[in-house]
Order: sequence, then structure tokens, then C-alpha cells
Amino acid sequence: MYHYDALDQAFVEQRVAEFRDQTRRFLAGSLSEEEFKALRLRNGLYIQRHAPMLRIAIPYGLLSSRQLRALAAITRRYDRGIGHFTTRQNLQLNWPKLPEVPDILAELATVQMHAIQTSGNCVRNVTSDHLAGVAADEIEDPRPYCELIRQWATLHPEFTYLPRKFKIAVSGSGEDRALIQAHDIGLRIRGGAGAPLGFEVWVGGGLGRQPILAQRVREFLPAEELFAYLEAVLRVYNRLGRRDNIHKARIKILVKSLGIERMRELIEQEWRSGRERSPRLTPEQLARVRAHFEPPPYETRPDIDPTCGREAPFLAWYRYNTRAHRVSGYRAVFVSLKAHGRNPGDITAGQMEAVADLAEELSFGEVRSTHDQNLVLADVPQTELYRLWLRLRELELATANIGTLTDMIACPGLDFCALANAGTLSVARAIQARFDDLDYLYDLGPIELKMSGCMNACGHHHIGHIGILGVDKHGEEWYQITLGGAGSGRAALGEVIGPSVPQAQVAATLERILEVYRDERAEGEYFIDTVRRIGIEPFKERVYATDLAAA
Amino acid sequence: MRRILRQREWVIDHWRYPGEPASQTDALIVPLAELRAQPEQRMRRDGKLGVRLAPADDPEQLRADLPHLSLVAVEFPNFSDGRAFTQATVLRRLGFAGEVRAVGAGVKRDLLPLMARCGCDAFDLAEGEDPHSALQALGRYSVAYQKAEPLPAVERVRFGA
Ligand code: HEM
Ligand code: SF4
Repeated sequence: MYHYDALDQAFVEQRVAEFRDQTRRFLAGSLSEEEFKALRLRNGLYIQRHAPMLRIAIPYGLLSSRQLRALAAITRRYDRGIGHFTTRQNLQLNWPKLPEVPDILAELATVQMHAIQTSGNCVRNVTSDHLAGVAADEIEDPRPYCELIRQWATLHPEFTYLPRKFKIAVSGSGEDRALIQAHDIGLRIRGGAGAPLGFEVWVGGGLGRQPILAQRVREFLPAEELFAYLEAVLRVYNRLGRRDNIHKARIKILVKSLGIERMRELIEQEWRSGRERSPRLTPEQLARVRAHFEPPPYETRPDIDPTCGREAPFLAWYRYNTRAHRVSGYRAVFVSLKAHGRNPGDITAGQMEAVADLAEELSFGEVRSTHDQNLVLADVPQTELYRLWLRLRELELATANIGTLTDMIACPGLDFCALANAGTLSVARAIQARFDDLDYLYDLGPIELKMSGCMNACGHHHIGHIGILGVDKHGEEWYQITLGGAGSGRAALGEVIGPSVPQAQVAATLERILEVYRDERAEGEYFIDTVRRIGIEPFKERVYATDLAAA
Repeated sequence: MRRILRQREWVIDHWRYPGEPASQTDALIVPLAELRAQPEQRMRRDGKLGVRLAPADDPEQLRADLPHLSLVAVEFPNFSDGRAFTQATVLRRLGFAGEVRAVGAGVKRDLLPLMARCGCDAFDLAEGEDPHSALQALGRYSVAYQKAEPLPAVERVRFGA
């Protein structure tokens, strides 16, 4: 993984010093609420329902065991011994105290971490594929590019006060696991195998209250033009993006109002005018960063069948929570943060430390966070899987539900978020309780359930195969259900099936939806494919056929 | 009498702003719209001429005027509207070598390093902003990832053009 050099280290330290001074001025009353807000957001600090919320950047989801231990220590010392992984691969603390935040940032800096640009109207943490570097279908490892973009975007003098937040994702594989069409800019690596490397560029995606999928703006951008082109897009956006209405300020709205053709013209024109003064991505820069992502020292190992003679629960875990690896004799392992009865994405300090130990013993000391709010140990020898499973089970991190209904995404909702309409976490619990039978989950196969507590869509509900959105109806919590959304593969936005349902009926409604699927599916057909084939009507009919309360 | 931070000096400002009384020989800043309305008259002034851009103005429109201008003012109205960062960048890209002055209520120490790195070299500080702290802020970062205009004391930069 990337290691800071003297420049990177000096930068984060100077950033901490600046924020310490700004916090002091705010507490002393010499910096206004409004101005401090703009500054603290760019350092990851929100003010929430109970307390400030600090969002720590985990660039493209990659962590060393040492960093994970440091995060554990920070949550113990400054929070309540618990952290929350988000859909953007970051970690949130829900109980830090404002005067201590500069100290937290200083501790992060000692392990080459920060919270810079994890919120606010600037270029946010760059996200990527959680299987980068190990996936069998990879064209090129996206992480060096992510790191380069991270550096280029960090305190970019021109683009740190944009109309609205700006999210970039990079995918390097055949299958897009980075959800690039849900981002302001999505980059897909193209070329390789002898051909020059570059990017397919997508622009104008975003969820929130007006979900829009990104459109392709350029089929091939040579890699060395990366920064110049990003600067062109951002310059057009910074000039022309709306600033009069926060709900119309994302680049997706600009693209929509100009049309992709006009947007393309403006970007290309700006690119031609500006590229001389934009940094080139030189082969030396790329090589320097790439050297940090060389494969770890894999041993020569035969492919074995680790399930041979093992008990059924291990087989299930192997099947659902591990993935094929590029290198023979290894597997990528999901650490499930979706134990039933727990908040999706939550992890205790003790669990973090234990995962750090396991990473060191069994996976070259690295851990990844995923946009589904789980962790991944990417390089585990097949011969160690059984031992790993036993350990994870003790830690309650081995729920064999990855990719199934209860591997759901849920935002923090009313429990923590000041904008929420709905208690997403209690709904998540109700769903976990109702669908607690793993065999039933396995029979349902892969389903992506995503839930947000309000239309800001932090839980990505629009791109869930099943999406659940909390709405406020005369002070009561109701839930709107969408079907047919997808973020990876063939991206699509879900369709609302009908009137929203009260909280107590969400789980029962899901049950009806899943019954329709079980009745209608063709042999071996996945849920999303059935929805695509038969449309939402049959689901709608069954859900609203009889009173749910009576069901 | 107005003082501003120009380069690294806290100096008396001799420019007249739009709306302030000015003689034919005074250095005068006019809004872009006024320059457009009376182009010849403005060019015939004896004193120096400057233009003030509103955040929505496109600096490319000044391309032909730049040789006649000694100053362009760009406006930072608060800690959220960042269009002037792009305006300053584009002015320098167009080869403008005169003063690019940051004006507005957002001209405070916290944003100064970014403004300077985009090409602003003079700062009409917001009311109440302390010039010594502002000057110090210009030296806050010794490193940066992006190439920048030379004013702030950035010693090391990661990505050159
Ligand atoms: C608890 C405090 C939080 C607040 C106040 C908050 C606020 C917001 C707001 C206002 C938006 C909408 C932005 C827009 O439409 O332009 C948004 C989007 C988003 N949030 Fe959060 N959020 C919070 C927590 C989280 C958490 C815990 C996650 C991850 C689980 C998350 C992930 C996201 C994502 C992925 C989006 C992007 C949707 C898009 O592309 O438009 N947020 N957030
Ligand atoms: S979706 Fe709404 S309720 Fe959920 S975290 Fe985001 S802003 Fe809060």
C-alpha cells in the first residue's frame, strides 16, 4: 500500500496545525459558526444529533493493520469504543468531542491518516473496487490512480470550494464493483495487455434527492491526461454549477440541464485551453506510486479444496464470504459486519484489534473496507481459511451472509443523523430478526438490500435490488420501497412499487416481495433478473393485495 | 484610507473602487459591465484602469482588454462561493501579469493560501481581519500537491505542469 514520503507527512502535520488553530479561534469566539462550518467540514467534522461526527478518510478503502489498531485506540480514547464503516469506505465516529478533534487528527497523522475532504463541497475520498489487485477479472490495479487522484485533489487550490460535494470512483476490472455510474466522475481503466492505458470517463452521476446515473463523456482518455481532464471537468463545474439552490448544485444537474453533448464540448474546449498548465501524469509519477502497490510476496501454493471434510457452517461461510483470488492457493475473505442484531457497518475497538492481528498473521497486514460496509482480508492462504473462520466466528464476524438479503446497507438514520426521517437501524434489526434463517437466505440467493433514512440517500437505496427509503408522514415514520435498482453490472435506478408502508410492516412487505420471487423465478434465476424479466407489477399486486397489518 | 496586503507588504491602497470619487488621473476599478458599456472612454483614461469581476463573470471575456488593464479584482463573498479561484487561475493562464486582487467578505487568513496559489497577489482583507495573521497564513504550508503561483512560501510541490 502507499506509504507517505516527507512531503505527504509534512502536509498532514501542517493541516492538523491549521485546524487546531481554527478550532481554537472558533471556541474563543473569533471565528463565526458559518465560517468554522466550512472549515471543519473539510476536515471531516459534522455536528450531529448527539455530538459532532468525525468521518475519517480511508482512501479507496485500504488500511494497514497498524492503522486499524490506531483507529481502535482512537475510538477507545475519544469515542465509545465503536466505529462505523460507511458506504464510501470511510470510518465514522459518532461521539467525539469538539475540543479533542485536533488531537484525534494529530494521532491519525502519526499513522499516515487524516479526515481531509471527507465532507464539505470539495473533492471527496476517492473510492474503488474492494477486490482491487486480487480480482481475477482485473485489467489494471486501480489503486495507484486512486492514490494519485487523492494527492492531486488534496487541498487543490482551485477546487476546494465547489458548488457541492464531488465524488470520484475508479474501476479497473471487467465487472464494475466501484459503482462508477453513481459518481460525479467515474473512471474505468481501459487498454492494457500491450495497448496504451487510459480511462473511459463518465460524468454526472449521483444519488441523493434526484438520483441520476452518470453518462459517458469520453471513450478513451490517455492516462497522462488524467489530471488535465479532471481539472477541465471541475473548472467547467466550478464556473457553471448552480449555487443558488443546494438541491440543484451537483454536477449531475448541470449535465442534465446542458445535455451531455454540450457538456462534452465545454469540457473538451476547457481541456484544450488548460492542459498546458495542468500537471501531466508522468511515467515517473506513476511508477513511483505503482511501486507501492506491488503484489505482496505470495508463496507458491497449490489450489486445494479447503472445504473437504469440513462441517456445513464452514462450507456456507466459504461459499458466501470468500471469493476467488488471482493467485493460486489464496482466497479473498469478507469479514462480515452484518451480524444479525448489530448495526450494519458497526465494529468495536476489540474487533478492530482482532482483525488487525488476523491481517498480520494471515493476509500480509492489510485490510480493506467495502462500499457494502464490510471488511475484506484479501490475501488469505486457502490452507488457513478454516482457522480464520474459527477465529472470526468467536469475534462474531463470520455471519455467512455476504451478498444475501441481510448483508444490507443502512445509514445511521434517526439514531445519529440530524436529517433523518426514520429509524433505519431498528428496521434493519426487524429485518434481520425476520430473515434469521440462513437456509432461507441462501435459497433467495444474491440480493442487495439498501436503506436510507431520508432522501439524501446515504444508504444508496436507489441502486438496491430492493431499496428502502424512510419518509416522514405527519410526524410518523413510513417507508417507501423500490425494486430493480443496481449499482454494479447493469446500473439502474429502482422503481417505487406503491404507497409507503409503516415501520412495523416493512419486514412483512419484504416477505411478500420475496414470495413473489420464489413463485415466479425460473430455475437458477436471481432476484434482480426476475424483477427485470417480470417487471414490478406482480410484486405490487401481491404487496398491496390484502391489508398488511392483518398478515 | 484603505490598506491592503500586496505581495507581502501591508500597504496603502491608491486604487479607487466602483462608487468612490475618482479624478481622471486616479487609478480606478470599474465593474465589468461598465467597461463593456463605455469601452473607448475607459481606455482613454490617464490613470490606471482595473476591472472588478462578479463571481458569475467569465474572465475569458477580458482576453482582449487585459493588455490595457493593470488590475483585476475577483470576489470571494464568503467561505462557500469559490468561483473566484477559477477566475484567478484563468486570468493567469491568459497571461495577465498585473495585480489580481481578492476582495470580499471571504478574504480571510483561512482561504488566503488557496487564493494566492491560484494567482491572487493582493488581498483586500475582510473587515476586522488581522494583517499579521493573514501574512502568517500565507506561510502556513511549506508543501503542496499542485503547482501554484509563486506568492505563498510553498517550498516543495508534488505535481508540476
Ligand atoms: C450521520 C450524518 C450524515 C449526514 C448529515 C449526511 C448527509 C448527507 C447528505 C445531505 C447527502 C446528500 C448530498 C446530495 O444530495 O448532494 C449525503 C449523501 C451521501 N451520504 Fe451521507 N450523511 C451522513 C452519514 C452518512 C453515512 C453513515 C454514510 C454511509 C453509510 C453516508 C454515505 C453517503 C453517500 C454514499 C451519499 C451519496 C449519495 C449521492 O451520491 O448523492 N452518509 N449525505
Ligand atoms: S440518508 Fe438521510 S438519514 Fe441517512 S445518514 Fe444520510 S442524511 Fe442521515
